[in-house]
Amino acid sequence: MDGEELTEQETALYDRQIRVWGADAQRRLSKAHILVSGMKGAVSEFCKNIVLAGVSSLTLVDDRIATEEALSANFLIPPDETVYGGKTLAELCCNSLKDFNPMVRVSVEKGDLSSFGGEFFDKFDVVVVSCCSIATKKMINEKCRKLLKRVAFYTVDCRDSCGEIFVDLHHHRFSKKKLEETIECELLYPSIEWVYYSYSGCQFSNELYLLIH
Amino acid sequence: MASQQQLTTIKGAKVLMVGAGGIGCELLKTLALSGFQDIHIIDMDTIEVSNLNRQFLFRQSHVGQSKAKVAREAILKFRPHINISPYHANVKDPDFNVDFFKQFNVVLNGLDNLDARRHVNRLCLAAEVPLVESGTTGFLGQVTVHVKGRTECYECQPKPAPKTYPVCTITSTPSKFVHCIVWAKDLLFAKLFGDKNQGNDLNVRSTDDASSSEHAEDVFERRKDEEIEQYGRRIYDHVFGYNIELALSNEETWKNRNRPKPIYSSDTLPNGLAQQNGNMDKNYATDDPSSVSAMASLGMKNPQDIWSLMENTRIFLEAFKLFFVKREKEIGNLTFDKDDQLAVEFVTASANIRASSFGIPLHSLFEAKGIAGNIVHAVATTNAIIAGLIVIEAIKVLQNDTKNYSELVFFVVEHLAPCVLYLMLAAPECDICHVEPHEARAPNGRCVVPVDPFENLAMFVSEVLSELPSPITSGTAVTVEDLKQELTCNINIKHREEFDEEKEPDGMLLSGWTQASPEEKDDNKSVGNGVGASDASKTAPVEVDKNDEMGSGSGKKRKLPEVSEAAVQDCSNVNDKSINHKRLELVEDDDDFLMLDEEPGIYKKKKLQ
Repeated sequence: MDGEELTEQETALYDRQIRVWGADAQRRLSKAHILVSGMKGAVSEFCKNIVLAGVSSLTLVDDRIATEEALSANFLIPPDETVYGGKTLAELCCNSLKDFNPMVRVSVEKGDLSSFGGEFFDKFDVVVVSCCSIATKKMINEKCRKLLKRVAFYTVDCRDSCGEIFVDLHHHRFSKKKLEETIECELLYPSIEWVYYSYSGCQFSNELYLLIH
Repeated sequence: MASQQQLTTIKGAKVLMVGAGGIGCELLKTLALSGFQDIHIIDMDTIEVSNLNRQFLFRQSHVGQSKAKVAREAILKFRPHINISPYHANVKDPDFNVDFFKQFNVVLNGLDNLDARRHVNRLCLAAEVPLVESGTTGFLGQVTVHVKGRTECYECQPKPAPKTYPVCTITSTPSKFVHCIVWAKDLLFAKLFGDKNQGNDLNVRSTDDASSSEHAEDVFERRKDEEIEQYGRRIYDHVFGYNIELALSNEETWKNRNRPKPIYSSDTLPNGLAQQNGNMDKNYATDDPSSVSAMASLGMKNPQDIWSLMENTRIFLEAFKLFFVKREKEIGNLTFDKDDQLAVEFVTASANIRASSFGIPLHSLFEAKGIAGNIVHAVATTNAIIAGLIVIEAIKVLQNDTKNYSELVFFVVEHLAPCVLYLMLAAPECDICHVEPHEARAPNGRCVVPVDPFENLAMFVSEVLSELPSPITSGTAVTVEDLKQELTCNINIKHREEFDEEKEPDGMLLSGWTQASPEEKDDNKSVGNGVGASDASKTAPVEVDKNDEMGSGSGKKRKLPEVSEAAVQDCSNVNDKSINHKRLELVEDDDDFLMLDEEPGIYKKKKLQ
């Protein structure tokens, strides 16, 4: 598949997870670019996990200024007001996340996500969206689906003891090993607009696959 | 999220965490975010590079430091006002006694071994503190709650014993790669680089026993003035060539098995090529023994590569040489360590050459290291999910929420389906959590008589066996275990009216034998060479000390012939059935994906030829 080998450093650091998903998956991860918007608790967890997993880059979007309330379920935000005061959630989370894995490039993108065009989303392999309106989610999903390149789209939100996640992998092809055989599979995912239209308010759970392309 | 009452309970709770590793880091974070303010944490380990992919409280700069201490510092960075007491110690230390455990409202385990888990389980029972157990491997994980008197304890359900193999499978008739690894690690590596005084089964017994054992002593020792390359080749030829020829001479063994091929270094790596074997300069440049590597010396970079027989031979000879040239002082004291690069290289090459001989597929260094080092594969996400569940259960425990907790075992399985929920109801019949003097339950023939050797032995000894609540008479099979369940003894009782007062003054006679290693239990599959394993096991006869008291000594299973084993096996089956055990399964076909019923037909699955 890919000619590039993992470096010695990567092999040492990622040893335990390579034993779970294999060296090939690890190589693909190391080339992946992730976009995340809306830095609340669940998304912070995701950012931690994806940085530890060893992606190429993680871009954060959240221009909201940090408040004490934002601290409550977000371990990426330092509790000292002299430190967090006046900074955006994206900036603060970015600083913390950089530490988790020096091999991942973590950065901030300022601006309103819904105003960005398709060429912006084209830079990423995965887009994760949280803390925004249904209209915004639909709009971003549409932009992603229109691109030639497959950009995986996720929304996630938590409230009290409920959580929801939506997954759109568009036209998703993958191989599945069964005993000695390898079966080629395909899944066609609906857009979030279609889901909201069809289910008018019901929560819908798609399956979550490891992010591999 | 939590109610006011929950918050108050949480704030006032004193929690003990055992383990600050994969689960521990996530758990500590979740506890801190959930409002816990008094947390004690025990972990004896120090931080390693391979931890950093999931133990996110640690950094590269922390490698070598105490996990418990560094975890605490990392948490304080975002929750500075929590009390965290770290202990860089082994939870089995006597300091962590019943009184220590009694101070906590709940104990949360994030351990990685059965022995420590059992230990904590018993202490929690003794201290009457609820225990939330957990574990993860790859994408799988589970959480269980144990409250004395209300739920099963951790040991109520038998846990699978670690996998072991019959000696002769390892020494003579390997059929899987793991057999070759065990041979390479526990026999060859141990023989060459380990304690010389240790007994070693390395040499196959030929029909000519007397001569081979003497001969064996000389073979592995380096001869006077022997060149290192020559020494290496000689050992190679002996274990992969001569020993195989010797084994082949025993026709009986190979009647139903594929014959192994002897392998000689002159065939796999002719002497001419050998001169190019290894660029020692790369290794001479550094004095650091831990960075010495045969792969580096030979310019082989990728641990995922599967080496050819010739490459394996190169690695074998090079690693062998490097041990004697660069690490001579350690020879005689070495034990295999998965983080010892040279040892892993040597074991991989040796296992591969042996595998080649027996027609078993070869493996990469990466794979071999995992097998030899018993490495547990792990990712951050599973630990994060499990940590979340632990805290949910812990909060229920603290609130004494008996309706909702205590019976949930949650299995997190990849792909979301199938997902199995076990409901374990109380009423266990467990030796560990129901230890009362002289109490014996006898469900369908199994009798358990717990004896505290320090208190009850005198009372116990004065009783007549046949008058126990579940009588022990002629023909009864008795299993004797010590409190830690590390030593077991099966005894078949045969009654005799008379004993010789001089020769048998105790009025009893104990006879039988120990096994060299426990039998492989599930060995009914035929693998590779197409042989059923039942005829393969020969136990090495060992001298029995007739003065040996029950339950003491070598810790090996004593076994009297078939009757005893059958009896014990029957009992253990029955015991399983007698545990009250309801099971609620959400079953999904392994092939299908979790989709709602009304899903319009956009779900497609194609099978391409």
